[in-house]
Amino acid sequence: MLAAILVMVGIAVVTGLILGWSAIRFKVEGNPLAEKIDAILPQTQCGQCGFPGCKPYAEAIAKGEADINQCPPGGEDGVKKLADLLGIEPKSLDETHGTPKPKSVAFIDEQTCIGCTLCIQACPVDAIAGAAKQMHTIIAAECTGCELCLPPCPVDCISMVPIAEDLPHWKWKHPVYEIKAAELKRVA
Amino acid sequence: MSRELFKFKGGVHPPEHKDESTGRPIHAAPLPKKLVIPLRQHIGNPAKPVVNVGEHVKKGQMIAAADGTVSAAVHASSSGIVRAIDMQPVPHISGLPDLCITIETDGRDEWIDHTPLDYQAMAPADLRMQLRDMGLAGLGGAVFPSAVKLDPGAAQTCPTLIINGGECEPWITCDDMLMRTHADAILQGVAVMRHLLGSSEILVGIEDNKPEAIAAMQAAASQLDFAVEVVAVPTIYPGGGAKQLAEVLTGKQVPIGKRSTDVGLQVFNVGTAYAIARAVHHGEPLISRLVTVTGHVLRPQNVEVLIGTSFDTLIQVAGDRDNSTGILMGGPMMGMPVPNLEVPVVKATNCILVKSAELFPPLPRALPCIRCTRCADACPASLQPQELFRFAKAGDFGRAQEYHLFDCIECGCCGYVCPSHIPLVDFYRYAKSEIWAHEKDKRASDLARERHEFRLFRQEREKAEKAEKLAAKAQAARTQAALDQAQRAELAAAPPGKTEPDSAAPSEADAKKALIAAALARAQAKKAEATPRNTDNLSPDTQHEIAEIEARRAKIRELARKPLESEEKNT
Repeated sequence: MLAAILVMVGIAVVTGLILGWSAIRFKVEGNPLAEKIDAILPQTQCGQCGFPGCKPYAEAIAKGEADINQCPPGGEDGVKKLADLLGIEPKSLDETHGTPKPKSVAFIDEQTCIGCTLCIQACPVDAIAGAAKQMHTIIAAECTGCELCLPPCPVDCISMVPIAEDLPHWKWKHPVYEIKAAELKRVA
Repeated sequence: MSRELFKFKGGVHPPEHKDESTGRPIHAAPLPKKLVIPLRQHIGNPAKPVVNVGEHVKKGQMIAAADGTVSAAVHASSSGIVRAIDMQPVPHISGLPDLCITIETDGRDEWIDHTPLDYQAMAPADLRMQLRDMGLAGLGGAVFPSAVKLDPGAAQTCPTLIINGGECEPWITCDDMLMRTHADAILQGVAVMRHLLGSSEILVGIEDNKPEAIAAMQAAASQLDFAVEVVAVPTIYPGGGAKQLAEVLTGKQVPIGKRSTDVGLQVFNVGTAYAIARAVHHGEPLISRLVTVTGHVLRPQNVEVLIGTSFDTLIQVAGDRDNSTGILMGGPMMGMPVPNLEVPVVKATNCILVKSAELFPPLPRALPCIRCTRCADACPASLQPQELFRFAKAGDFGRAQEYHLFDCIECGCCGYVCPSHIPLVDFYRYAKSEIWAHEKDKRASDLARERHEFRLFRQEREKAEKAEKLAAKAQAARTQAALDQAQRAELAAAPPGKTEPDSAAPSEADAKKALIAAALARAQAKKAEATPRNTDNLSPDTQHEIAEIEARRAKIRELARKPLESEEKNT
């Protein structure tokens, strides 16, 4: 009897030690769910969701403090992906946070720019080059189109230019073809 | 000379329609008034313009330089004046414009100075750079820069060199005609490739529906001082696909995610070999190519065309006919519909196929997929086209990739055999381009995340640096104060002879007071020196006026105080 108890206690102690050690040794840094959510978010860092950037929003979703439909740049597609990841029903975008817009980049009218650096301070991805009393310009390849540089500009010299479709960005469309059933129906 | 041949899986036998365009000899197309030369004619980075608008250029002069390793230069196809460097329509299904250089030809067709290259004396890397700067790209249709393919890489040699004269696509005969007429030149180009790749085995694969080409190539090969085996391969579409031809000739398949050089193979089109021969033995860059103009035209034929000539010019050469229903660049299986006739011939243009309702009757309306898997039997890449179709249609691109979507060569066999007439390849192209676009977006968002995180880190760092600086300053001030204290104490203690030792503290206070007094005196002197003040040297009138104003002010002050006092009294 005693031997059996000792053996059981021994096993419990050993497994407990192994578990405790591995909990410390293999501790997961950060919140893996928040990271997965962050990977889905479009990283415009625009703050339309009400959080200061995509990562804080991802963390809020992970904690259940924010809804999944607050990201207009992600669009309905993004909501669907988040719903898939979290295993919940997708919902339509919350319009109070804004509506999806075509992808654009900011453009600085260099004739009007006075070089005040306010937009540089507002840009969340450091995509504006310039210095005090020097002309500023947007690094188009790095602009996320967040529009955060528009309000601080004292001379309204920044505008959003939609990205035009050109050959390198052209995509094959989903093929549209009429199937025979439709033709028969039309004839009838 | 018989060689054991292998078979690739699948394949179809569409009507060949080759005889239409092989009956007439090769003509040179007329020199057009205007040449529109696109800068994106090859896979990789587009070429960068190196000429200015208004500049006179000669035939063969480089007008745009290669940008990076995977790129190729672009040259003026004839002499003339650069009229524009702007967006012009190019042969693409979208009809979108791209950057082109427009040359107004002067009719003199004046060459730059060009001399043959002594390729055997050149370092292989230099020769490859030279070929890149001569604009060489694969003329079989993929237009991959040849210089990159001619680099055997870490293996140092590529044992098997395959020259592709398959030309399996219906209607197209430009490679056939080139082999019939320029077999010697093609093999001269092969010699250059052999030199660069160090190949020991050279195979020329030609489908057995081109007996004249096989005979011409065999005759030319027998004159060479190295062994070239001309092999007739069975005619089956897509037997002229690089991977398929390699499999038929050697039995080797290129594994997923590997390059053909990894299995010791390299495949070049006969047109590319000919272009290399022109470049090396004549010093001529790639400025023209053979194009088959066929289909619904009066005189289907092969034409030697300067790059940049419009499709329209060539259709006029072959004889325009009424009731055409569209133009394809390439053949009916893999060709691309071109919405605009004003587009120029590019390095990839092997055929201009004019369609008509008789030659290409509209496909019957599609029926739903019945999963008969006939497409899977026909697929030369051993894929499951019916599954790929299902996933692509549903937008399940991840699953499509799991089913090796990117091994699809878009040969069109699946759609050709489909009893439901579903445009299957269109779905695969759609899925591929969606996946590419998604990957591009992903890269952009990763970059944005990285930059945003770095910005946050930078702001934190700046804050920390500022705090550190302030702390350091405060510390410095404290130590300075302590030092001063110590110094003064020392000073006071130093001259003990003058005053009594016990009066050290009061004398220190005195010294301080004296210092302050001296400073004050100095400041006052300075103030007095600041002349003239506006109240000095006034006339008696002005002084009187000032006195009056002062009196008025005093009176107003008095008045202002009175009501306040009365209020105070009331409360």
